[in-house]
Amino acid sequence: MTPTLPRWVDLVLLPLFNLGIALLAAGIVVAVVGQDPWQVLSVMLHGAFGSARGFSYTLYYATTFVFTGLAVAVAFHAGLFNIGGEGQAVLGGLGTGLVALWLGPALPAWVLLPLMLTGGAFAGMAWAAVPGWLQAWRGSHIVITTIMFNFLASTLLVWLLVEHLKPAGSMAPESEAFAPSAHLPAVHQVLRALGIDWPASPLNLSLLLALAAAAAVYLLLWHTRAGYRLRAVGSGPAAAAYAGIDPRRQVMVAMSISGALAGLVGMNEIAGVQHKLLLEFVAGAGFTGIAVALMGRNHPVGIVLASVLFGALFQGGAEVAFEVPGFSRDMVVMLQGFIVLFSGAMAYVAAPWLVRAWGWRRAPQAGAAHG
Amino acid sequence: MDEVLVGTVLASTLRVATPLLLCALAGLLSERAGVIDIGLEGKMLLAAFAAAAAGAAWGSTALALAMAMGVTVLMSGLHGLACVSHRGDQVVSGVAINLIAAGLTVVLGIAWFGQGGQTPPVGDQVRLSALWPGASAALGPLFGEGLLGHNLLVYLALLLVPAVWWLLYRTRFGLRLRAVGEKAQMVDAAGVSVPRLRYAALTLNGLLCALAGSYLVLAQNASFVPQMTAGRGFMALAAMIFGKWHPVGAFWACLLFGFLDAVAIRLQGVALPGIGTVPVPAIQALPYLLTVVLLAGFIGRARAPAELGRPYVKEH
Repeated sequence: MTPTLPRWVDLVLLPLFNLGIALLAAGIVVAVVGQDPWQVLSVMLHGAFGSARGFSYTLYYATTFVFTGLAVAVAFHAGLFNIGGEGQAVLGGLGTGLVALWLGPALPAWVLLPLMLTGGAFAGMAWAAVPGWLQAWRGSHIVITTIMFNFLASTLLVWLLVEHLKPAGSMAPESEAFAPSAHLPAVHQVLRALGIDWPASPLNLSLLLALAAAAAVYLLLWHTRAGYRLRAVGSGPAAAAYAGIDPRRQVMVAMSISGALAGLVGMNEIAGVQHKLLLEFVAGAGFTGIAVALMGRNHPVGIVLASVLFGALFQGGAEVAFEVPGFSRDMVVMLQGFIVLFSGAMAYVAAPWLVRAWGWRRAPQAGAAHG
Repeated sequence: MDEVLVGTVLASTLRVATPLLLCALAGLLSERAGVIDIGLEGKMLLAAFAAAAAGAAWGSTALALAMAMGVTVLMSGLHGLACVSHRGDQVVSGVAINLIAAGLTVVLGIAWFGQGGQTPPVGDQVRLSALWPGASAALGPLFGEGLLGHNLLVYLALLLVPAVWWLLYRTRFGLRLRAVGEKAQMVDAAGVSVPRLRYAALTLNGLLCALAGSYLVLAQNASFVPQMTAGRGFMALAAMIFGKWHPVGAFWACLLFGFLDAVAIRLQGVALPGIGTVPVPAIQALPYLLTVVLLAGFIGRARAPAELGRPYVKEH
């Protein structure tokens, strides 16, 4: 849309500018409710990066956001808006957890954990493939069907927990705890085994899985034929069809990969932290994934960086809520909204100004060349 | 079926359907003009908060409604600024509105009232009471309670169905509004401003969202509770689609969804002959499931306005 902007302005300056506007808007709200934005910001930064424990929490939150952010991005590259990351992540957790409950007592960890991963990925994939199929073959708008599938997923989870998975005599809608072989090791446990002292946190080996997923998405999209076909459909379904690529097939491929990625949230939250199935373990991460993908410009590197940013916001926000009376973590949800607004919906509002500013800077040089 | 049961089910159907209907009509006006509105949920939540905060602070129904309308029209305007004026993605903008609403209402609620995000209950003089309080005693449970025992907003919502139909199908404005949702270029060629029409549709959308949100505070729950819309905005979106983007269709869809909700509560733990215990979540999931099935074209065909989601770029 802005061909006159140099690449680095488009990729670096504009996103940072939009992020700045979103932070400014949130800062105004912080000031309006009578708090000091600078104090909030410094407590937030310190809480997120100031200690090994805080940084581990930041990375733990970021892990989930990498999965949901990549899920949004893969669908986006095929021209689809997958707003159903939330529901696909719920199914992912369900798939992971059901495998753990079913095979947990019988299998050792090195067999069970890959099976749990597969179970979660397949469940998320299936939950995304149905809206994908409906879009490709029946023309049902994927935004609406994935929204509906979010609600269906949460209803399914409630029903399974309340009616089937809850141990007899228990009131809480939770499954029984998994067998120890179904626990994905935490990072501090692994480091302790290696002789390194690290404070306890929910950060677990899913972090490596998230980085591997980001690398795999990068290779898939830009270095394989399958990825090329997917992106071709995203940039022009008619042209892609003319080149012999079936857009319907690509919709299925993109949604399946997208759902599988969202499903991996189950490894972080269920296998890595909770060690049982429960309600609300996704807690809006599917929607945070939209913000992450927009912020990261749908590129795996950008998504990893944006995930760390959002992880820091969530961890820092929790610290601020603890230290500053009257501050609520919901401030972070609001900031997320501002980021989606300014780096998503209004991403190019600022571009003409930047183009003009860029033009002014360049104008004297151009004049000299002609003179 | 005894009359008391039918009366109470009818009454709760109408109570549940009213905010859905107001919200669905709001979405309908926007989408018929070609602007997707995922932000219904957020606008409804903001309206509920504004109405509760204003009602609790100033003790006036009129001010509560006015604040709710001011806030939602502003949000609709923001949606327009992003999507109509700057051609941003309409779905993304709607998601942003939902997130901002979910966060901002709690942040302001805690800062202003210090009750964990709740507002103090609004007074009885602010809340809407039944129009004919004596009807239930005089006319019996079916007509008295089921049909005539409601407050003004319920009947206003019902009246808005023919009103929106008339506006869309019997006025010049409505013709243009529908045209801008089907073929914006033709409207532009006829010399009518596309952005102005879309902003007008969004303003009406904001007003109706305000009524939907206010209803939750002025007629159902006395105070604002965080995330109290609980997916009603999305359910309204589903009802609008299930009603095939038509006001009368949306009306029936809202009644159906309201009825399912009313029945689901009553069927909790009840064993029906031949079926056994009905899983209540299944009934609660039915509106979403039905909407997906409809969208898939298995029960009739729902056709969205052709320009839905497309920003209009004026030719030079």
